[in-house]
Amino acid sequence: MVDETKALRKKSLLTPVNIISGIILVAGLYATIIRFTQGLGAVTALSDYNPWGIWIWFKLVAITLAGAGYTTCAAVYVFGMKRYHSAVRPAVLIGLLGYTLFAVSLVYDLGRPYRLPYPFFVSQGTTSVLFEIGLCVAFYLIVLYLEFSPAGLEWLGFRKIRNIAVKATMALTMFGIILSTLHQSSLGALYLSAPSKLHPLWYSGYLPIYFFITSIYGGLAMVIFVFWLSERYLPDNIGHAYQEEKTGVVLGFAKAISMVLVGYFFIRIFGISTANSWHHLFSSWGVLFLIEMLVGILLPAILFAIGAREKNITLIRWTAVLTILGIIYNKFFISTYAFNWQLSPVDRYFPSGLEVILTLFMITVGVVAFRVITSLMPVFFEHKDYPSSH
Amino acid sequence: MSISRRRFLKWAGAANLALIPGKSAIAASNRHFEGYPQGGGVLFDSTLCIGCRKCEKGCNEVNDFPAPVKPFDDLSVLDERRRTGNTAFTVVNRYKTSDGSDTTAYRKIQCNHCLEPACAAVCFVKAFNKTPTGAVEYDASVCVGCRYCMMACPFDVPTFEYNEAFNPRVQKCTLCQPRLEEGLLPGCVEICPTDALIFGERKKLLKIARNRIENHPDQYIDHIYGEHEMGGTSWLYLSGVPFKELGMKEDLGIKPALEFTSGALSAVPIVIGLWPVLLLGMYGVSKRLDKEALEEQDEAIKVSLENAAEEAAKKLETALNKADKAKKREIETAVKKALAEAESPQEGNEES
Repeated sequence: MVDETKALRKKSLLTPVNIISGIILVAGLYATIIRFTQGLGAVTALSDYNPWGIWIWFKLVAITLAGAGYTTCAAVYVFGMKRYHSAVRPAVLIGLLGYTLFAVSLVYDLGRPYRLPYPFFVSQGTTSVLFEIGLCVAFYLIVLYLEFSPAGLEWLGFRKIRNIAVKATMALTMFGIILSTLHQSSLGALYLSAPSKLHPLWYSGYLPIYFFITSIYGGLAMVIFVFWLSERYLPDNIGHAYQEEKTGVVLGFAKAISMVLVGYFFIRIFGISTANSWHHLFSSWGVLFLIEMLVGILLPAILFAIGAREKNITLIRWTAVLTILGIIYNKFFISTYAFNWQLSPVDRYFPSGLEVILTLFMITVGVVAFRVITSLMPVFFEHKDYPSSH
Repeated sequence: MSISRRRFLKWAGAANLALIPGKSAIAASNRHFEGYPQGGGVLFDSTLCIGCRKCEKGCNEVNDFPAPVKPFDDLSVLDERRRTGNTAFTVVNRYKTSDGSDTTAYRKIQCNHCLEPACAAVCFVKAFNKTPTGAVEYDASVCVGCRYCMMACPFDVPTFEYNEAFNPRVQKCTLCQPRLEEGLLPGCVEICPTDALIFGERKKLLKIARNRIENHPDQYIDHIYGEHEMGGTSWLYLSGVPFKELGMKEDLGIKPALEFTSGALSAVPIVIGLWPVLLLGMYGVSKRLDKEALEEQDEAIKVSLENAAEEAAKKLETALNKADKAKKREIETAVKKALAEAESPQEGNEES
């Protein structure tokens, strides 16, 4: 496999995608040096009014889509849908990379990143939602690495440790679901403490529940999307078992997402109803909100249902893209655009070029890491020494 | 094993501490926190403020900040819409008002020192602390620089040293806590030439404010800003024009920030307690369904095997029966034949 990868890399070294990735990586490294030598002010457009910018947007999206890991594990191990088994490792890898990028991005965003252990070991701010998120994400990162460890250990040939790690699957899955429920919802709760700052169409007491539900369908949509890209661009990394099960996974997940989206659509409306924010619908904000509700939530729900019914894989895949765009749109409003909505336009936030570059840098690092790991380790294929065991 | 009296008292003290708001124990209870009894604050009377920027100067001096680009006696900056900054813990802005008698009014901006501060509630390292003197203190020695305090502050007060590469701090008005401890007034209050700022016990300030409104109902809006906003603040405001015209938020409500997140946080132990039950239950059901499916399969196989065996037996029987009958017939015919044969030679013999 290693030789094949090398051959592949040599062959495709000068493709447009690689050249663009290379430029982004170099620019990102340059911005990184400036960030850590000259401070946040030198690279970001953040201000005293807008202390969180698009890096937080990126983090919210990354964590939501990284829900792929816990949702797929739940489907296979808890709900007993064994036919999706070949989807587990790629999904866990999506989760692992999403959370790792979250942590890396956090190091850029914190004023004093070297104090990251402080909330755990020095001064515990237990009334803070962020404290709970920090604790859960730290634990869940460990869980994800353990969940993915069998793939790495098979690759390295450590059979005994690998077998122990495999035995822990069920316990890790349970931990993963509990921790994900807690911190996915708490990311929404972050915004509860500032009701006057977030636009009423996006602010709701139900924000924690919204964020949790979003991570369920977002994670599943991400699985469909990443599998599609992998089949198309990384065909050499894909094995036999995956090929046999993939149609079932896509159809099954489409059905699940469709149902969750319908439920989500209604609880979003209930949120407007309980807060009695109906009158805000008749403003320009209302139009932006309705775009999210109709194009980002209701339309994918319908298209997924049609796709699953007619077994139209292409439709399902494009609908997964639409769903993810809907989530990106939603997080954009909550984290930046609908936040500080009452502020005068001069004080509003617009990201700097280096902020954008560093965001693209994070995404590129994630894609490259996914590519390298799936080519080396048994993720989409089965290791020849451990047939049909993962 | 006996508990000493001293130790018991310590424990009792600890129990009392748990009742002080800001700690999580209070979040879900019905006890209402009205601030520390001796807690100090400042009353700002906008109708007495002349926009002289002396308070900005006083603040600058007591905090040893660098001199601003435009000196403090340059009043042209009042036309800009300014906010607090790293080296300006307080600023005064001028606002055009709808009031007919006076076309402008001033507002001083600084940390309001909330009774139950949002910054303290959301900080994940407890860098903020409401002291009994009334000040909300910030401790840079534990601050990680996440800036959640700035996100949560309803008054947009805290600022951040964005251009500090290694040890950036959050910066905001301290209510001159070090000066208060020395028995001195806050820098801005001491320098104010018009009594637009009065420092004192918050409870007494509320009485003064009420008296002013009562004695001059035509001069004041009948509302003390800060009495209840976001659970109440140590800074209190009087104004002759609606507070909205002074750029102050009127949609804050009276709940402290802590209460908006306490519900979500209280769900944490419930999830930890119930999710394993729910998940193991689902796991159990899926396993059971698998098992039942297997059992049903086995049963079906068994039944069909039994049926097959029965049928085979029947077939065998009928075949045997048939074979029997056929054989019997054969035997009978053979016997008959034999008899017939036996009889015929005899006849023949007899004949021959």
